[in-house]
Formats: sequence, C-alpha cells, structure tokens
Amino acid sequence: MFQWFHRLASLKNFYRLAEIITPWLAVLCAILLAVGLYRGLVVAPTDYEQGESYRIIYVHVPSAWMSMFVYMVIAFCSAIYLVWNMKLADIVAQASAPMGAAFTFLALATGSLWGKPMWGTWWEWDARLTSELILLFLYIGYMALRGAFENSAAGAKAAAILALVGVVNIPIIHYSVEWWNTLHQPASITKFDTPSIHISMLIPLLMMALGFKLFYLVNMFSRTRSMILEREASTSWVRNRAQENNL
Amino acid sequence: MNPKRRQKLILVGAMVAIVALAMTLLLNVFRSNIQLFYTPTEVAQGKVPPGAEFKVGGMVAADSVERLTDGLTVEFVLTDHAEDVPVRYTGILPDLFREGQGTVSVGKLDDQGVFVASKVLAKHDENYMPPEVADALQKAADNKKQQPYGSDTVILQ
Repeated sequence: MFQWFHRLASLKNFYRLAEIITPWLAVLCAILLAVGLYRGLVVAPTDYEQGESYRIIYVHVPSAWMSMFVYMVIAFCSAIYLVWNMKLADIVAQASAPMGAAFTFLALATGSLWGKPMWGTWWEWDARLTSELILLFLYIGYMALRGAFENSAAGAKAAAILALVGVVNIPIIHYSVEWWNTLHQPASITKFDTPSIHISMLIPLLMMALGFKLFYLVNMFSRTRSMILEREASTSWVRNRAQENNL
Repeated sequence: MNPKRRQKLILVGAMVAIVALAMTLLLNVFRSNIQLFYTPTEVAQGKVPPGAEFKVGGMVAADSVERLTDGLTVEFVLTDHAEDVPVRYTGILPDLFREGQGTVSVGKLDDQGVFVASKVLAKHDENYMPPEVADALQKAADNKKQQPYGSDTVILQ
C-alpha cells in the first residue's frame, strides 16, 4: 500500500511528475481565471444593496479560502515531516508558506478596501479580522523561524512545530463569525443549507475559487521543483539533466 | 508502523490536542472581551461599562431614523427585538446604513439614556442577490402581509 507513497516521496519522481502536470494546470488556471473574472466583473448582476462594490468578493473570498487552505497544507506536511521525516513534505511546506502569506495579505487588503465604503471603517478589531491577521503573522513567523536557524534541518523541525501549534487558529477563523458577534458577516457559501448568494453570482465565484487553487498548485509545484534541484544538486540525476540542458 | 514513528505520531497528536484544549479554555475565559459589541438587552440590564465608551450592535428599528435640522445629526433606535436603545450620531453614515439593517455604534450613554455615537458602522448580512430578485422577494412578502388569512390558508366560500 505504501509503495506509491514511497515512490511519490522520492524527490526525483516528484520532480518529474510536477514537470509533466504543471503546464496543464497552468493552462486550466489561466482559462478559469479569465472566464471567472469576466463573468464576475462584467456578466454577473449588481447586488441589490451593495451595487457594484460587492464584486470585490471575486478576489476577496477565494484568497481568504486559500489563506486557510494553504495553512492546512503546511500543517499536514509538517505533521508528515515530523513523524515520517519525509523530505518532500518539508519542501512542499516551505514552498507554500510565502504563497499562503500572499493570499492572507490579499484577503486582508481587499476586505479593508471593501470595508471602508460598506461598513464605514478600514479596520475593526472583531474576531474574524483579528484571527485572519494572526494567520498572516503565523505565516511570517513560520518563514522567519525557518530562516533563523543555521542548520536547515533544525529550522525545518522548529517551523513544523510552529505550523502545528498555529493550526488551532484555522477553526477559530472559520467559526469566529458564529461564536462571537462580529462586524464581519457570516458565511454565504460554506453552510450546509442552500447558499445565500444568487446562482448567477455564485458560479463565477466558484470558478475564481478553483482558479486560485490551481494558481497555488502551479506556483507551489514550480517552487518545489527549484527547491528539489537546490537540495539534490550533487546527485547524479540532477547533474545528468543539467548536462543535457534539460531541467 | 515502527515504534519510533508511532511514538512521534502520538507526540504530535498530543501536542495539537493540548494546544487546542488550552486555546478553548483561553477563549472561554475571554469570551466577553472577544464580543465586538453589546446587545440592546445587555445595555438595558446595565452590563455595559459605566461612563466608558463601548459598542452597541443591533438592527435599526423600522421608521425610527430621523434627521435633525442641522442636516448632519441623525437619531435612530437600535433594537434586538427585545430592548431598544436610542442613538444620536453626528457625521457621515456608511452606504449600507438603513432601517432594518444591522449596525454597530461606538459611543457613550448620556444622562437621559441616549447613546451618543462617535462612529456608526453598518453590518452587512450574508445575502447577495440581483436587485430584481430582491424586488420579487419584497413583493412576495408584501402580498403575504395584505392577505388577511395568509397565503397558505384555503378560504372556502
């Protein structure tokens, strides 16, 4: 059962796999983002209360979802790295961290831009906004902690433990709007009954969400590939490919 | 699974569980501090800090918004359908402020029990729909109100 797992865990095989699927994912991602943006910004109707301003949802919500999704990837990889000492998991976590931080920043910035005209404030210390800001600090702390160690394996272990400790923040972000009273509205889509967003607005949003996910995968794969090359620079397969000019 | 890995797995699991437990306890202790605002019921019960600035959140009661003659001062009633708080505010209201909409006001209670707000924030609900759909829903609600027996009552004549 673990055979495919071991094969995937080999950095050489993962490099090859990522090399093959990345261009396909990139094309799909570009199509989804282009169509999603067009349908969201041009085709979708205006909102009955917010008018055109609601359209920031097409960037804000996908980046907020991704900020949490990427953190879960990092936490999951960190657990695998700590328990099974799998190098690939550590590389994926390392490659993901700056992207997660970027998504978090984007969610905070777009939310703030929307908040000024709609709520009447750029920032409010409510539970949702504050926990998302803590998420940004967790990402930054994760990257800083990794970089602070001379010995990269020790840095990776410390950062993995930080990532696992920080994972408690994820349910707090998600449920903050239900557990406490906040300025931020409750979820429109991730509830079990029918979404509170009209179908004509929902479809472009889901396309954007999938597009953002693919954008993450494409970038994560290419970052992972270059990190694999760096770590494996002295192995024969990297040297052979370098000689053939085929990296 | 070899014993060393098993031990590590238990260790990692225990760490996450303990941190989660600690966080739960902590958030429970600070529960009231994390709430962004007091409800009108809590204001009526006197749970608010006396003499200090605090936030009240609730719905703007229907037909309660009044603009004073200076053109900038607005008076309205915040309600949670159990208790009411009268609010006075001088300044620019956010786009989403209207009757029936949730708002959060920052300010102090004066001697007459009027909440003098220094800031009024609008709270958005989670509903997104095109204007036509909103109109249709409104119409349906109005029709239901006008029928004396309710729309689902069959009238035999």
